[in-house]
Amino acid sequence: MKQYIIRRLLQMIPTMIGISIVVFAISAMVPGDYITAKQSPNMTQEKIDHLRSVYGLDQPEYLRYFTWAGNMIKGNMGDSFQHQKPVTKVISSYVWNSFVIAFASLMLSWLIAIVTGVFSAKFQYSFFDRLITMIVFICMSLPSFFIGLLLVKVFALNLGLFPVSGMTTAGSTATGLEYVVDVAKHSVLPVAVLTMISTGSLTRYFRTSMLEVIRQDYIRTARAKGLKERTVIFKHALRNAMIPAITLLGFELPALFGGAMILEQIFVWPGIGHIYLGSINMRDYPFMLGFTVFIAGLTLIGNLISDVLYGIADPRIRLK
Amino acid sequence: MSAEVASVNKKAMTKPPAPDSMLKITLRRFTKNRLAVVGFIIIIFMFILCFIGPYLSPYNLYDVTVKDKNLSPSMEHWLGTDKLGRDILLRVMLAGRISLLVGLVATVITVVIGSTLGALAGFYRKWVDVIIMRICDIFMALPSLPILIILGAVLSDLKVPSDYRIYYLMVIIGVLSWTGLARLVRGQILTLREQEFMQATEALGLKDRRKIFRHLLPNTIPIIIVSATLSVASAILFESAMSFLGIGVVPPTPSWGNMISAANNLVDFNKRPWLWIPPGMSILLTTVSINFIGDGLRDALDPKMKR
Repeated sequence: MKQYIIRRLLQMIPTMIGISIVVFAISAMVPGDYITAKQSPNMTQEKIDHLRSVYGLDQPEYLRYFTWAGNMIKGNMGDSFQHQKPVTKVISSYVWNSFVIAFASLMLSWLIAIVTGVFSAKFQYSFFDRLITMIVFICMSLPSFFIGLLLVKVFALNLGLFPVSGMTTAGSTATGLEYVVDVAKHSVLPVAVLTMISTGSLTRYFRTSMLEVIRQDYIRTARAKGLKERTVIFKHALRNAMIPAITLLGFELPALFGGAMILEQIFVWPGIGHIYLGSINMRDYPFMLGFTVFIAGLTLIGNLISDVLYGIADPRIRLK
Repeated sequence: MSAEVASVNKKAMTKPPAPDSMLKITLRRFTKNRLAVVGFIIIIFMFILCFIGPYLSPYNLYDVTVKDKNLSPSMEHWLGTDKLGRDILLRVMLAGRISLLVGLVATVITVVIGSTLGALAGFYRKWVDVIIMRICDIFMALPSLPILIILGAVLSDLKVPSDYRIYYLMVIIGVLSWTGLARLVRGQILTLREQEFMQATEALGLKDRRKIFRHLLPNTIPIIIVSATLSVASAILFESAMSFLGIGVVPPTPSWGNMISAANNLVDFNKRPWLWIPPGMSILLTTVSINFIGDGLRDALDPKMKR
């Protein structure tokens, strides 16, 4: 196992280099640079040239790539233009706001997926099963931003059940429990949309996996032993059906920390995705590049975690 | 008694009925899936609406009548008008042309890149496979939305005119979403190339190109069709999300996504829902229907389901 993890980590290095090259190449396509963005009309050409050489912008692109990549390895992603802070600081200060809604929706969608998966498998082809598979499938293909807008219109503006936007009530100085309740109220709608679009594939996955398990011989054996149906389903079937689903947990990693960009934009949720979209209007390229590489890294680590989890959860799988 | 025997004999004499063609079987299974059929009808309706509908409209996009601005839905303007007095129904139809076109062309690009690279990797294996799969890994790890958004911003910085942006968008979306298909095709080709008909092509001394494109790839068409159908929906979703954020298709070219961005204005959002709900419903109907079709096709084309 240890050998496997080490080898996978080593394999990640060329992929990560590839990713950094692609991302850097995109940034090099951008006309103008930091200096042109900050330029004021009374800056002399000499001053501009001087500044360019100070920032190393007068060097050819491939040399700049090596400088940038070298800094990346040391964990230095450069300074964000917009926030005047190191990119890593910006990421770490907003990522937890995103994590709150992403985690809540992850928990909810797993709960929904398990319950409906078990139910659908138990009563396959029943009316309820068909209905649920259809609803879940529709949810999967919904445009999140439109659903978000609709929910805001209906539940926040028309019915006034929930706050329209933000994470806390403006100007509120609530602390402790009050603060938590305030944040919870604000997060209902974004979590609902996020859960809607993410629960689809999970539920379908669970259903197929339950259906496969429930036809196995050991389930018949368990029933033949005279075990209660509940024990058969939850102890014998569900636990085995969970194994393939566990691998999906690893893939959730980038979603947990990456922020739901469009939703955060709609609900004005101060998460990392919202900051990212804001950085585009400011053309804050160091932040955009740093964040993209950050998510790509999380994706790779997530893939590794899901493979390792699979090996741990199912002893029949040999990792080599 | 004897008559029966005779008829049996007669039956044996005539040629046995030809087995149903693949297309017929697929069609029969597809039509059994009611949701897929409904989805198919909705999509056909959407296409007719978007590509023929505008010719039947009494309005055109350029007659800006300010006195008719922000009208709510009525008999004259079924879906109301926008802030420049343009008919919303007409705009939704014209926007649909753009959105559907971007989805379709982006998918063609995805299919061409994905199936070619997947076939090459599966056919040649060894270092070709290693390189292509590594590139695949890189593209899979790249977060598509942030990259799309950066590229959209780059397009704006390069001052690409609004008419040309949709072509760039098609290419960008297509190039970023081929990885899944490439993996599927590669997997199929890896098993197909070990089958006997490939030994026959070897014996015939066919060129590699012919082997790949005439003998191997046609056998993967079912999975390509399913994957392509689903990717039309995701391309439309990507495009509309980008346009909603103002970095995809930009006005004056209408697209469902950029029509919804009218909702960014709180007054329009709350008081004039006819500005943004019709394009939103169009996206919703289109993507849900396409996914239903894809799902139906998957069931219909999956050889494991054959009875």
